[in-house]
Amino acid sequence: MSIRGNLLALVRGDGQADRVVPRSGQSARLTLATAAAMAFLAVFAMALSTASGRLADRWSDALAQSSTIRISAPAAEVEAQTWAVLTLLEQTPGVQSARALSDEDQQALLAPWFGPDLPLDDLPIPRLVEIVETPEGYDSDGLRQRLAAEAPGAVLDDHDRWRRPLAEAAGRLRLLGGLALVLILGATAAMVTLAAQSALSANEQVVRVMRLVGARDSYIASAFVRRFTIRALTGAGVGTLLGLLAVAMLPSARDTAALLTGLSFSGASWLWPLIIPPLAAATAFVATRVAAFRTLKGLK
Amino acid sequence: MIEMQDAAYGYGAEPLLSGLSMHLPPGSFHFLTGPSGAGKTTFLKLCYAELLPTCGSVSLFGHTATGLSRDGIADLRQRIGVVHQDCRFLDHLPLHENIALPLTVSAKGGLVQDANLAELVGWVGLSARANALPPELSGGERQRAALARAIIMDPDLILADEPTGNVDWEMSLRLLNLLVELNRLGKTVVIATHDLALIRAAKQKVQARVLRIQGGQIMAAGADL
Ligand SMILES: Nc1ncnc2c1ncn2[C@@H]1O[C@H](COP(=O)(O)OP(=O)(O)O)[C@@H](O)[C@H]1O
Ligand SMILES: [Mg+2]
Repeated sequence: MSIRGNLLALVRGDGQADRVVPRSGQSARLTLATAAAMAFLAVFAMALSTASGRLADRWSDALAQSSTIRISAPAAEVEAQTWAVLTLLEQTPGVQSARALSDEDQQALLAPWFGPDLPLDDLPIPRLVEIVETPEGYDSDGLRQRLAAEAPGAVLDDHDRWRRPLAEAAGRLRLLGGLALVLILGATAAMVTLAAQSALSANEQVVRVMRLVGARDSYIASAFVRRFTIRALTGAGVGTLLGLLAVAMLPSARDTAALLTGLSFSGASWLWPLIIPPLAAATAFVATRVAAFRTLKGLK
Repeated sequence: MIEMQDAAYGYGAEPLLSGLSMHLPPGSFHFLTGPSGAGKTTFLKLCYAELLPTCGSVSLFGHTATGLSRDGIADLRQRIGVVHQDCRFLDHLPLHENIALPLTVSAKGGLVQDANLAELVGWVGLSARANALPPELSGGERQRAALARAIIMDPDLILADEPTGNVDWEMSLRLLNLLVELNRLGKTVVIATHDLALIRAAKQKVQARVLRIQGGQIMAAGADL
């Protein structure tokens, strides 16, 4: 390049601060690689979080109205036992509401199987009571014992309740995925802080000279901040891309609700990982700035 | 420009300099002399706020040095041209970038004209060496480059710490002439040196006052200088 070109490049704009502080290949490569690895992990944490979130939602919807009580008793006692069951349920903690299905409801339920003209009155059809639970749920063993005592013809049918611990686990997994994301972000901030500090102390003489000739702290810091922000953005971009590819290539079995085969994004949630690179860049920006100003304060 | 009142400074518990009281009027030409280790460099550092007085007060361009913010100190240094004893170049940048460094890092970075920079590099006689790296330069070239860097911001005050330390007599006179020329342009000049011959040479060209640091005190030198 000619002197003239050099001079023109020299006097132009902010990029010049980048030239004043020499590049260190080591810290650049380490920042890039770590940002990429962290972003890759973040994609999986996000996939885990959204997938388990989906499962938790689906399962708890199904759970909300999962139990019924069947009352089979001689026709004369059905009415009395239904009342007893409803009264009992009213006093049971964990039951949001309970309702005895009317004849029409039951007819509608049975119609698909037996046709609309079923003579309900003549058949010993059990009376059904539908239970809507609170999120905490009720104690089914306790309820069973009290039913046996007060309404001997009542049977609690809670076959879907086995899913409750699974739904809870899925909800917990969603939280863990979120926590993992926060930890990954924190680790990224710590890593960038260390890298920036090492770059600052490797360039201490340069920084001192810049101070001596009248550079403000913000100018000196910006040379480092710009560099680490761009590295984190680039690294996280590559890592996110690789993570998305890896998630996309996971075997999928859409119909089963199993967690492992469902570990993926669906629909718009594929867009979520796109916030990882800007988030990494913002983290690097703040971490480097804080580290730079703290280090500079120690220099006259 | 610079005023000190009973200022003192010490690196450890013992003060190195104390009872410094002096006034540096605009447009003046001062020499600062004294044996090696007397505290000349330390005194100059007080003048551009690399060191702050441990007691007393130092006032720079009307601002109390101890009251300046970090940005305030940075802005002040843009108005003071310093030729450091060891030049303090960035060895990875070619000479012309080193000379332009104060402009680059200042808010006025965008205003530098490459023509002006080239003219300045020519003024100190380094046009042919503009692309050399600092370690490739001779002592005289380094000192002239340091002087060019000190004046690129068009400062009102120039502080030169042993600017003729590593150069032969002929080059010393050349550097002295540059500084005298700057003084004629209205700039205040302070030169720290232990070279009495240089002071005598200067006295024939410019009205220079001589300050001597001895025993931690600053005083006007005798008539022998
Ligand atoms: N950073 C420092 N820490 C401790 N002592 C110092 C430091 N800088 C200079 N000194 C001491 O202060 C004294 C004066 O130094 P200096 O101002 O450089 O003198 P001069 O420039 O007149 O030769 C010397 O004895 C030197 O050893
Ligand atoms: Mg000295």
